[in-house]
Amino acid sequence: MKLSAIKTLFLGIFLIASFTSFSQEEETLQEELQEKHDFDPKALIMHHVKDAYGFHIIDIGEKQYSISLPIILWTDNGLVTFMSSAFDHDYYGNVVVEKDGMRFVNYKEKIYQLNAGETALVKGEDGYPTNASKPILDISITKNVFMMWVSMLVLFLIFIGAARKYKKSESFVPKGIASFVEPLVLFVRDDIARPMIGEKKYARYMPYLLTVFFFIWLNNVFGLIPIINAANLTGNIAFTMTMAVFTFIITTFSGNKHYWKHIFWMPGVPVPMKIFLAPIELVGIFTKPISLMIRLFANITAGHIIVLSLMSLIFIFKSLAVAPISVAFSLFIIVIEIVVTAIQAYIFTILSALYIGMAVEEHEHH
Amino acid sequence: MTITGIAAIGAGIAVIGAGMGIGRIGGAAMEAMARQPEIQGKIQTSALILAAFVEAVALFGVVVALLQG
Repeated sequence: MKLSAIKTLFLGIFLIASFTSFSQEEETLQEELQEKHDFDPKALIMHHVKDAYGFHIIDIGEKQYSISLPIILWTDNGLVTFMSSAFDHDYYGNVVVEKDGMRFVNYKEKIYQLNAGETALVKGEDGYPTNASKPILDISITKNVFMMWVSMLVLFLIFIGAARKYKKSESFVPKGIASFVEPLVLFVRDDIARPMIGEKKYARYMPYLLTVFFFIWLNNVFGLIPIINAANLTGNIAFTMTMAVFTFIITTFSGNKHYWKHIFWMPGVPVPMKIFLAPIELVGIFTKPISLMIRLFANITAGHIIVLSLMSLIFIFKSLAVAPISVAFSLFIIVIEIVVTAIQAYIFTILSALYIGMAVEEHEHH
Repeated sequence: MTITGIAAIGAGIAVIGAGMGIGRIGGAAMEAMARQPEIQGKIQTSALILAAFVEAVALFGVVVALLQG
């Protein structure tokens, strides 16, 4: 029984891993063919790690296949919307899209609006456009935004389904999807919230911790699935910053007087030391969420970069003999990454719980 | 040497530090688990959290190297 479960797990991991590496190899190859000049692994990797205005799936010959997403811009003349297919897969600023009398280009996956009267993009010495500026507000549905909505929908379906099962059943024996969700929820409650926040107050913070845990985990896993793995959501610093800001706000607003006293007037140390410690502790309030932000961003981005670098080795050496080695190594890295998806979600949640626990801790002694 | 080369060396040094730190945490955690298998779960949790802290400092270095390179 147990052995077969382990076998199934390994089979699952290898299936996912082999598909991922295969698709990434394919993409790397296509990308290289498309560029038609010297292979630049750095540009390739950075393009894959960053956000984009559409899902680029595959090239067959000269034809490129991708899922285009809507571009929504707020400019001086109001709202402008068009599909990203208007750029015809170009992100070097060559294709100019004209809409409502304004001209737009996609240069390095950023939309620029050409100045009035200009018809083509002129790049300056530093690589930035000289005759174009970014629109006031770019609220396009990029692939990261799209994947975020997909993961929200998936989480919604899973948890509403699980909640329904509990509502229907007479006993509290979990059935169906609920039997999958229950151990994870109990894990967050018993191994994260209770020991870190404390028996009395943990219940209030459970919704937040559960949301953070499942949202980050699911998005980490989505980052490894082929085709949609182009959406590197948890490897986007804006996303991790938003999550960290939530933790920061919750910690700050639930801090009791002991917490603030420990920051501004540390009890049990001499007065000069108190004055010395106050600014350090004050900086500490901000470094905690910043480290949460950097940790998740850097871990996930590093994983993607390593896999793509190993694949790029084939094209750097221009030899098929390197291919088995790079595929084997990136398979190994992807298996590690599958573990990392869960560990990073766990660490983000447990550290959030730890910071909240520090803020709400009661001190009966002294 | 170009700025990319220096950035790569910087990332390497950051990784040495993290490797030493996480190695020590791992070694100490294993020893503690061997001595007291009954609190294995607690030791594992704290070891993971401490490893995350050490790793975060190294990642700051790597991110700076990435931005420079």
